[in-house]
Amino acid sequence: MNVNREPALRLQGIVKTFPGVRALDGVDFEVMPGEVHALLGENGAGKSTLMKVLAGMYQPDEGQIIIAGQKVRMTTPIEAKAQGVILIHQELSLVPEMSAAENIYLGELPRKSLGRVDWKTLEARSNAILKRLRCNFRAEVTVANLSIANQQMVEIARALTVDARVVIFDEPTASLTDAEKVVLFDIINDLKAQGVGIVYISHRMDEIFTLSDRITVLRDGGYRGTLNTADTNEDEVTRLMIGRSLDLSRDEAAREFGKTMLDVRNLTCPGLFENVSFSVRAGEVVGFYGLVGAGRTEIAETLFGLRKPTSGEILVDGETVEIGSPRAAIAMGISLVPENRKEQGLVLQMNCRDNMTLPQVQDLTAGPFLSQGAELAIFDQYRDRLAIKTPSWRQSAGVLSGGNQQKIVIGKWLSMQPRVLIVDEPTRGIDVGSKSEIHQLLRELAAQGYAVIVISSEMPEVLRVSDRIVAMYHGRIMREFSIDEVTEDSLVQAISGITSDTAA
Amino acid sequence: MLLARLKAGGPAIAKQGILVAFIVFMITFSLMSDRFLSADNIMSVFRQSAIIGVMALGVTIVVIGGNLDLSVGSMLSFATVLVVDLHDKIGPELAIPVMVLATLCLGAINGFLIGILRLNSLIVTLGMLSAIQGLVLIYSGGQNVDIVDQTGTWFAIFGRGAMFGIATPIIIFLGLALVFHVIMTTMPFGRRVHAVGGNPTASIFSGIPRSRVVFMTYLISALCVAIAAIILGSRVMGSQNNVGLGYELQVLAAVILGGTSLLGGSGSILRTVLGVLMLAFIQNGLILMGQPYYTQWLVTWVVIIVAVWLDVAAKRGRLFSPIA
Repeated sequence: MNVNREPALRLQGIVKTFPGVRALDGVDFEVMPGEVHALLGENGAGKSTLMKVLAGMYQPDEGQIIIAGQKVRMTTPIEAKAQGVILIHQELSLVPEMSAAENIYLGELPRKSLGRVDWKTLEARSNAILKRLRCNFRAEVTVANLSIANQQMVEIARALTVDARVVIFDEPTASLTDAEKVVLFDIINDLKAQGVGIVYISHRMDEIFTLSDRITVLRDGGYRGTLNTADTNEDEVTRLMIGRSLDLSRDEAAREFGKTMLDVRNLTCPGLFENVSFSVRAGEVVGFYGLVGAGRTEIAETLFGLRKPTSGEILVDGETVEIGSPRAAIAMGISLVPENRKEQGLVLQMNCRDNMTLPQVQDLTAGPFLSQGAELAIFDQYRDRLAIKTPSWRQSAGVLSGGNQQKIVIGKWLSMQPRVLIVDEPTRGIDVGSKSEIHQLLRELAAQGYAVIVISSEMPEVLRVSDRIVAMYHGRIMREFSIDEVTEDSLVQAISGITSDTAA
Repeated sequence: MLLARLKAGGPAIAKQGILVAFIVFMITFSLMSDRFLSADNIMSVFRQSAIIGVMALGVTIVVIGGNLDLSVGSMLSFATVLVVDLHDKIGPELAIPVMVLATLCLGAINGFLIGILRLNSLIVTLGMLSAIQGLVLIYSGGQNVDIVDQTGTWFAIFGRGAMFGIATPIIIFLGLALVFHVIMTTMPFGRRVHAVGGNPTASIFSGIPRSRVVFMTYLISALCVAIAAIILGSRVMGSQNNVGLGYELQVLAAVILGGTSLLGGSGSILRTVLGVLMLAFIQNGLILMGQPYYTQWLVTWVVIIVAVWLDVAAKRGRLFSPIA
């Protein structure tokens, strides 16, 4: 077909620089009508910058944007939307206090005379779109009352109010359940059938191989090539992305574990978790696997002194302890690498070194003054050990890539020399290269005698790093598996609330 | 365009927008008035800026910690009336410590409500602004107070004295600025204030006692007000019972001019000093040019808005932006 030869959108030689960084260095990218084109790259490779150029939020320094054969200049997201280019954000940008309908038509509410909002039309149209997306909620509902997944649907619905030429999905499945993913994929396929060009950004290889027609890879701001999905495989894509092969195997000798460092008995926090008992030995990684909301993070927070249990006992290194505050937890040798690095892990505008030394800043002193030498020694040690890529310790943590940010947080807690290290979703939203490094690191830490708890919602991750796996469902521990006996099926059953008795 | 040139000169200069504006102002005023750059005039501007300046140092720390303090204006009225009134009743050697303690108590109330109970600092300190003014009027019965023997008291050295030929208020202001600068940049407390203001949640997750840190910032702010009250009471040897009226906005203006972010987490004591001096020189320049004193209110507002705009624009990289 003639129409299809013309790309819906095409970028040529896009260059974008920020002070000190060449974020995009001559990137070419195109998406055909009715095509799903995946955009891949590690964090910091330039995906977000490219996306913001596509959506009119950044102006490229050089290069052209061509939409349906016409060279265009888009200086705001509104202009981009008028051109039919729509970005669906990874981080939701909805107004929580408004209804779904108001959010869907935000900024372009249908009007009656005297500028009054035409609520009937608004709700009718919004409900029609939600129906098309097979949503089981009404447009009148307030967004704050919707689940994250449904909020994402509202975000997608917003894209469908205009005649979209190109829809950009940025990590759309990050907060979706498997069932919701299926619906999303159906929607993407629908859009595709209607001749819309789809740009799909994700870290998840399985999704990319299920959905996409072509894959474009970026690395360090540069274009590394475009592959036909049908003619390639994960290995090739990964190599393009990180410039080397990933070693996913787990080849280490069986180890002896040391004494029990953490022993939790019948710990209860009503409504969050109940009667939780487990232990972690020195040199052991215990994986906590379960669905979001199963109570895993809450247990970690309790162990770190952020919540008070109503009953139960915690023993650290054989001694019963009360953990009243994070300060107390730190003093007992418990470290927590929290779930959300930007909100809980880092002070984004603070430099890398200061972030890393924050929990022990009152101890790194010479007289009343902070000891620059002691602080830098810690930073240098963990920068080298964790291979943190930053031009200088003075760099503010906020500008680093997700993987490097996470390493700063891990370094911060390793430098406290903990007896028990808890890491909550250690690789959420970070690229495969850093992910594999962090997995490696967790294994090494265990080998050095740390007692490690890893909370994760990703099965491959718990399987890869754990010596033992605790499966949780609705605030209860359903089963414990040693790594030798665990199977994917039994894990899935356990975290879905199907006990081995009922399943048998 | 100015911004383009600022950017071309490198990010270092773009960040110093306030410094550039300061120099431009100084040159303009010095061309318009011969007296503006005279040593006498400069000294007098420094001396007059000391009271706002000392208060601004404390408020800078509060703001870096992620909060506001609008109560400093009426707290200054309270402290000044108290120290002047007690001077003749119990003598300066007792009046000063009693006043300092009383003022610290007010700071502790702010600190308790905002740090410990986690109430909104804008509401709490705005309420305190009004409550403390009421307290002053109750205490003084609506009367202004003064010191009878104005020449025979050593209390005069704080506002009227001089050391090494430099007026005491200037020494106190700059000395205190130096001490605070050292605390904020080289001591654990300063680091903690930055962390708490930059990201309170992450601070708690790092074991920093956030409540205590915030509480401390309000005590420091109250201490600064007490020091400012000593200078003011000593200089005037008396006090109207609403002497600090409107000071809170001038103080906040100086802090903002100095580039301290109202969002918390970043700011600098030394740049606040620059902000204080800039405001003082602008007001002085206008007076020398024969403008009535109320003109400075308008001009001050314009200066602040332009400073904030340039600051934000330098961060965004352009003057107008559809996204933050």
